[in-house]
Amino acid sequence: MSRRRRLRKVVAPPGFKGYKPYGVTKGSKECVDLLYEEYEAIKLADYDLMNHQQASELMGISRPTFARIYESARRKIAKALVEIKEIKTVYGNAWMDKNWFVCNKCNARFTIPKTINKVDCAMCTSDNIELLKN
Amino acid sequence: MKTVITSSGNELTSPFDKRFGRAAWFCLYDEKTRERTFFENQYMNANSGVGTKAAEKMVEWNAGKVISGDFGPKAKDLLDQFNIQMVIIQDEDVTVQDIIERLK
Repeated sequence: MSRRRRLRKVVAPPGFKGYKPYGVTKGSKECVDLLYEEYEAIKLADYDLMNHQQASELMGISRPTFARIYESARRKIAKALVEIKEIKTVYGNAWMDKNWFVCNKCNARFTIPKTINKVDCAMCTSDNIELLKN
Repeated sequence: MKTVITSSGNELTSPFDKRFGRAAWFCLYDEKTRERTFFENQYMNANSGVGTKAAEKMVEWNAGKVISGDFGPKAKDLLDQFNIQMVIIQDEDVTVQDIIERLK
């Protein structure tokens, strides 16, 4: 069994659900799934201009792990740009400061405490869940 | 993991209570042993601080998840602090039995 993945702290989730290329001649219907923690890594490193050490401390992970997430984020964005793919944000392995979720399947609202390591609906275990913004 | 469901009576067929602190009964359901125990809420008619008292009970019973219709701000803070998962369901006319079935 592989080692369990630690949850990465995300201060604010992305304010969009995805990005779509426009004006394309031959569009591909595929999309790239950008995880919340990858979005957060890009934001901390390239927007807030933090160094990897500070950013990793903020997200509660080690510096090498941060570097890996950041690299994967950059590669995904590059892939989407070059291969003209849509970018979709996916929840991934994150936990929020304030975390209320809503399940798109059974409409239950719930919290996910840090001690729980899976991200799914508390009632129907569906993973079709979304972060609730209040 | 143990789950607490707010109930308006002490039977499985009792309707689910949408209030947390002022729920009449709490149904403690153990996912491992499938055991269901009902506890009367002794603070139901207290004047204030019922949310806090009820949340303390959850901690005492070692519950991992609480299912109710809504939580007050104080209860929310306390449950958050003890890493107890809160679940809000807004369905009308469901019984405690229905909820347990959905959890399985």
